Amino acid sequence: MKLKVHSVTKSFVSGGEQRRVLDQLSLEVDFPHVLALLGPSGGGKSTLLRIIAGLERPDSGSVTLDGEVAPLGKGEITLRDYRRSLGVVFQAFNLFPHMTALRNVMLPLIVVHGLTEEDALSRGLEVMERLGMADHGLKFPSQLSGGQRQRVAIARALASKPRFLLFDEPTSALDPEMTAEVLALIAELKETGTPMLLVTHEMGFARKVADQVAFLAKGRVLEQGSSAEFFSNPTSVEAQRFLAKVLAY
Amino acid sequence: MNLKPLLIDQPGSKSSAWIRSAWMFLLASLLCCGVMSWAAGFSSGAWDSVWKYRDVFWKGWGLTIVISVLSLLLSTLIGIVAALARRSCILPLRSAALLYIDVVRGTPLLVLILFLYYVVADGIGLQDRFVAGILILSLFGGAYLAEIIRSGIEAIPASQLESARAIGFTPWQTYRHVIIPQALRQILPPLAGQFASLIKDSSLLSIIAIGEFTLAAQQVNSATYRTLESYLPLALGYLVLTLPISLFSKSLEQRLRFET
Repeated sequence: MKLKVHSVTKSFVSGGEQRRVLDQLSLEVDFPHVLALLGPSGGGKSTLLRIIAGLERPDSGSVTLDGEVAPLGKGEITLRDYRRSLGVVFQAFNLFPHMTALRNVMLPLIVVHGLTEEDALSRGLEVMERLGMADHGLKFPSQLSGGQRQRVAIARALASKPRFLLFDEPTSALDPEMTAEVLALIAELKETGTPMLLVTHEMGFARKVADQVAFLAKGRVLEQGSSAEFFSNPTSVEAQRFLAKVLAY
Repeated sequence: MNLKPLLIDQPGSKSSAWIRSAWMFLLASLLCCGVMSWAAGFSSGAWDSVWKYRDVFWKGWGLTIVISVLSLLLSTLIGIVAALARRSCILPLRSAALLYIDVVRGTPLLVLILFLYYVVADGIGLQDRFVAGILILSLFGGAYLAEIIRSGIEAIPASQLESARAIGFTPWQTYRHVIIPQALRQILPPLAGQFASLIKDSSLLSIIAIGEFTLAAQQVNSATYRTLESYLPLALGYLVLTLPISLFSKSLEQRLRFET
């Protein structure tokens, strides 16, 4: 996957005050499997992910995926088609509580991607099976553990065969054991070949699984490179400080 | 013997359903017996004079049902449209919905009936009091329903809408598959309450001489001078219509329950 972010700026108004979250951020990265976005809270990681996912429009700048410009400035209908080609997994799972796990996976296939009920069912069962959730398809989200809910959310994102999977802090709402479970699953997904973008606070995981990392702070990419290089030899002062802090314990 | 479990029960506990039912049954029976024995104390034949007018009661009760059902449907329609308009990004539409809701909710139904019937309906040449009555009641109920529906829609967490957007649902698909099913569960109790209110409120239409249940009872009373025998059936007639609604809503609430 070739991801190119060119001079993206995004401001939010909060409390009558304008805050620039992304400040002419540029990033050009070529990675086979996993790109991790790292950095301190408030550095713009999630905003960048949401812009790449087509959930947020940048004030200026552009995003290019494999040479194809994302229609971020276009009308809602064009942007919706773009969003449909991606898969997003959120921190809080965001499953639909009024339908079963399997139905959560099937519904987008039927409604958005035009599959028949039977095709959606077989694809849904297949994906749930692959993620180790075959026995839980008929349960409602409230009957599942946090880790299982996140698996269903990943299954939902994966089922439509997206060209790009985006994870927004997928383990931040989970306890350590479930975190390990979900991270193991994401590491496994590397094998499927779908490129993934991951906003995470799990440094050990990023180090082990990511091919490339980008370090964001103050709305800019301060550093980027292979994960081995970044973790063993960070060049920017901010990254050094950040790593010293988070790896201290 | 320990009487405490028979008398004391924390609200919300699930332990003593049969004791609670027994209390309801006991009190309801006492109420019935009290009223009955009182009624029986009147001179024999007191009910006969009213019994002659049973057709008047039946016709009035039937008309109340017809009015209630029709204005229930129409007010739901008005409520949905007003709730959506209230959330519209088109400013004049939103303002109009807000104005409608606030004006109607700030006016007593009786005043609304008098004003809309004698001033507005008369002004636009709407002569049929039956049609006018249903329209007025629907306009009234619609404003309350609009607020109930809006509260249900706005209770849906933003994360659900975000998820729907990320999946690529259109606005209509989001309503159809995400908002409506969840909002409906939220608003079922107030919705049932509003429907029951509408049935009860239809009694006020007697003021513009629509021959519904209340007017029928008044007519029987003025013909027989039998107050209790005229108005007791009236009260029971309304209860027969409203109680099933609240029971139905309770069972539906149980059935549709899910945890978030």
